Amino acid sequence: MSRLAPLVLLALLLAAWEIACRAMQVPAYFLPAPSAVAIALGEHFPTLVRAAGQTLSTAVIALVIASLIAQALAVLTALSPLLDRAIRPLASVVQVTPVVAIAPLLLIWAGLDHPGRALVALAVLVAFFPIFSGAVSGLRSADPDLERLFTLYGAGRWQRVTRLRLPAAVPFLLEGHKVGAGLALIGAVVAEFGAGSGKVQGLAWQMLDAGNKLQTARMIAALVVLGAMGVALHALLEAVERTGLRWWRGR
Amino acid sequence: MSLAALKDVEVEYGAGRALGPVSLEIGAGETVALVGPSGCGKSTALRLLAGLEAPERGSVTLATARGETAVVFQAPTLASWLSAQANVALPLELAGASQNEASRKASQALARVGLAGAEAKRPVQLSGGMAMRVSLARALVTEPKLLLLDEPFAALDEITRRTLADDVLALWAASRPAIVFVTHNVEEAVYMASRVIVLTRGPGRIAADIAVPGPMPRPPHFRTEASFRSVAEAVSDALAQGVAA
Repeated sequence: MSRLAPLVLLALLLAAWEIACRAMQVPAYFLPAPSAVAIALGEHFPTLVRAAGQTLSTAVIALVIASLIAQALAVLTALSPLLDRAIRPLASVVQVTPVVAIAPLLLIWAGLDHPGRALVALAVLVAFFPIFSGAVSGLRSADPDLERLFTLYGAGRWQRVTRLRLPAAVPFLLEGHKVGAGLALIGAVVAEFGAGSGKVQGLAWQMLDAGNKLQTARMIAALVVLGAMGVALHALLEAVERTGLRWWRGR
Repeated sequence: MSLAALKDVEVEYGAGRALGPVSLEIGAGETVALVGPSGCGKSTALRLLAGLEAPERGSVTLATARGETAVVFQAPTLASWLSAQANVALPLELAGASQNEASRKASQALARVGLAGAEAKRPVQLSGGMAMRVSLARALVTEPKLLLLDEPFAALDEITRRTLADDVLALWAASRPAIVFVTHNVEEAVYMASRVIVLTRGPGRIAADIAVPGPMPRPPHFRTEASFRSVAEAVSDALAQGVAA
């Protein structure tokens, strides 16, 4: 019963919205009724799904790249205190830089013919930090007595990282990737907005295009698809994290 | 010839002295208990003997080569992501043994501590006593000459403690490593050690070095014998004086 509660609330809100639009005769370009959004969703569904696929692929590619770079850098910080001191402050700079602010620069660097690359780069910047900081904390989370045992057994630096610190970091890595994946999706959408180009027709472009044509119902339909994709991605990553943790703990 | 020796060592942490000056020799095959009040530097002394720490003053002489010293901590300190067998095999693999050989020896070591059949279990699936046995197996698998135990049974119930104490002595009888263990349980010290070293309150110095007569491993009902009681009382008295000093 309580699991239905949010659905009931959603239905009530949609009903109120529908009734208000009809009763007050709100113009469709200003606020279309939910029924109009549903119709637009049906009408543009194939285009919207294709656009969503493009945005998602930007986010996934960005996540993979961010994951590799973040973990490689985190391992370097674990191997050498000097590298640690060099890398960490610079990594924080990435975190505090707003994507929108560097989007124009990256678009220039990627070349006007390859806006897709700039989008991936921007999403990488956003997804990078949670994975990196998770990995850095995780690599330092090993039991100090286990660290002492590794010293006692004469483990090399590389052995210490691969046999002790990386495995100990697994819960932190899972959490970092979960947060990073969500951010990669947001980063991809924000970057698409920043790019605003007609070359990459992701979900943000769909919204911009519909907005320019005053097709407000299509804008909201694109937003619904984006929301659904976000929820699905989050659910998937939660499941991955749960499974990963169960393996790591042994139950 | 002594296996490990501390000469006039002093260790400092932050503001104050944590240990010493202390001089102490551990002979091959000896079983030595370090007892003392909390914060007297017992665990520090153990880390010096393990070569995991260096003193501010004085010298540490270790006749043990790398891999000949093993440590068991108060907590089992197992890698949660590895099976019991992989945990025990780890020291051998780090030393360059092949995976096959390491696994085989790990199984044997687990069998020696009474855990045959538990190879595939993860630490989370083990009871406190079983996890401690895995930790013990990991220490024994390298066939150490010097076995250091840092309050290994402190977190266990009385029955498990006593069983494990007998097990450790049986394992000692089989290969005769020198054992140094830290405890603040006087009875456990007297039962397991042929020599009890009492430290004063921190910074710990040696208050007494008391030999425990009687056969090793201990016969049944050793705890109720008069000689056991009198040594235990001597240790208790030395401990009380060390705290008061």
